[in-house]
Amino acid sequence: MTTSTLTKPAAADAGTTGPHAARIHHVSKSFGRPGARQQVLDDISIDVAPGEFVCLLGASGCGKSTLLNLVAGLDEPSDGTIETPGGRPALMFQEHALFPWLTAGRNIELALRLRGVPRAERRPEAERLLELVRLKGAYGKRVHELSGGMRQRVAMARALAQDSQLLLMDEPFAALDAITRDVLHDELTRIWQETNLSVLFVTHNVREAVRLAERVVLLSSRPGRVAREWQVDIPQPRRIEDAAVADLSIEITEQLRGEIRRHGQH
Amino acid sequence: MASTETTTPSAAGTPGDDPAGPPDGASTGGASTGASTDRGGAAAPEAAGGPAAGREPRPAGGDLAGLEAGLDALDATVVARQPWLRTTLSKLFPPVIAIVIVLALWQLAYHFQVKPHYLLPSPLDVFRSLQQKWFEGTLLGFVWTSVSRGALGFVASVVLGTVLGLIVARIKPVRAAIGPILSGLQSLPSVAWVPAAIIWFGLSDATIYAVVLLGAVPSIANGLVSGVDQISPLYLRAGRTIGATGLAGVRHVLLPAALPGYLAGLKQGWAFSWRSLMAAELIVSAPDLGTGLGQMLEQGRELQDMSWVLSAILLILIVGIGIELLIFAPIERRVLRSRGLLVKN
Repeated sequence: MTTSTLTKPAAADAGTTGPHAARIHHVSKSFGRPGARQQVLDDISIDVAPGEFVCLLGASGCGKSTLLNLVAGLDEPSDGTIETPGGRPALMFQEHALFPWLTAGRNIELALRLRGVPRAERRPEAERLLELVRLKGAYGKRVHELSGGMRQRVAMARALAQDSQLLLMDEPFAALDAITRDVLHDELTRIWQETNLSVLFVTHNVREAVRLAERVVLLSSRPGRVAREWQVDIPQPRRIEDAAVADLSIEITEQLRGEIRRHGQH
Repeated sequence: MASTETTTPSAAGTPGDDPAGPPDGASTGGASTGASTDRGGAAAPEAAGGPAAGREPRPAGGDLAGLEAGLDALDATVVARQPWLRTTLSKLFPPVIAIVIVLALWQLAYHFQVKPHYLLPSPLDVFRSLQQKWFEGTLLGFVWTSVSRGALGFVASVVLGTVLGLIVARIKPVRAAIGPILSGLQSLPSVAWVPAAIIWFGLSDATIYAVVLLGAVPSIANGLVSGVDQISPLYLRAGRTIGATGLAGVRHVLLPAALPGYLAGLKQGWAFSWRSLMAAELIVSAPDLGTGLGQMLEQGRELQDMSWVLSAILLILIVGIGIELLIFAPIERRVLRSRGLLVKN
């Protein structure tokens, strides 16, 4: 087989030291008032190595978006620590979240400006980033003039404009049609390989996770815990139709379904 | 294990594209992947020809750029531009017809003496009355007096309303305290302020401006508040992730995002200023105050000259509509269109 799966106990990562792009260390998160607290995340430890592509996979209620918000610094963990040594991570959403009052190019330039890039350098840098996502002519286009796939690519360019070493992606392709999503998978893999980016990618699509990631982390639901991890050794470029991708997807899906079934047994 | 897969041509280094971008060894599974990527970038035909001997080819993966260009082209919407003259004509036609019909009905009512002629003059009588004032050289002066008062009052209202709106929108206790009062004030007819203002300021310009401000400031502030409230939380979240926090967040995200609601508030604010101004001018008239359209209307009533009264009403209407059409409508259209919020039918 082309894949070798490797199961690690959840806590094994926590003990390791050394360089990392993100270190999620025994993180728990609860919402609500004391007395009626709901635990969303329970003792999660995940390390993302520099340049690593990690997919977080889980059913509804596993708290994957909550976890991304914590890593992005938009919220504070109830317990545990999160380190992102490369500075504030870039974040991409399911919605493009581009500002409709700015052109595609200006959206990117705003991120550059807020990062402190001098005025004279912004335009060329924005053009370069647009070229990286293969939208050379889109600089002056308004957001509503772009297709869904193009918007997500501009959003990717804006995220890259933050020059962060860590890119967080919250189901960024979930709202796209299958053809466009497939192309953007290729595109993301290419950009990830060309840059030295670490990616933490949240999805509920098993195939997507196996197509993209070097490591897939399965979260259980309510509360979210690390259930299992797989190292994906299928060489890139992969295709979502690859037999090796399918085989591993079946294995992960079985495990995922097992996690889901546990919730029906009350 | 992985060796069989790595020999397939690579999608990562696209032919024709920047060949100087091989992936970092650290980011991929093994060195062999990097080598095949390099080859794909440098000499595409060779790379495509080599593995084709034994393995199934992957045609689509090799030309991602072309594939993407195709997708983008398919998704692009083509907007056909209508000729300028025809759009203008087709827009002008319906209101012109409506005006003609109203004038015709008016003329008919005059002709059949629904009311005596001194109570219901003909459209022509009103036109002659306007013409007479024009030749006397007083008409433009009346219009200018009112418009300049309206403009000055409006500008002051914009400044006050914007500051007030921002404070109410952003500071929770302030909002809880005066938010409901502010929106309640909008339903108070501003003419109700006139007696109070006369007692405070006498028959002076201050009275007129006080009434204008009390009428327009709440609606401008309310427009801004609702504009801020309607901002999608997604924009605020996206703004924070790219570092737009504090004042930068207000400037780069909050204000531009609130602009459509703010503009609607400004438009309503103008309508309220103009209405309040006319209410004030009707009541507050003194020889040294200067004669505006409201005072002109009141003089017509004192003289029982119905043509005069109707021509003043007409002028007030025309100025109000004119400023809305010439100033606010184009700005609003531009803002909405640039955001894709204006649906063309």
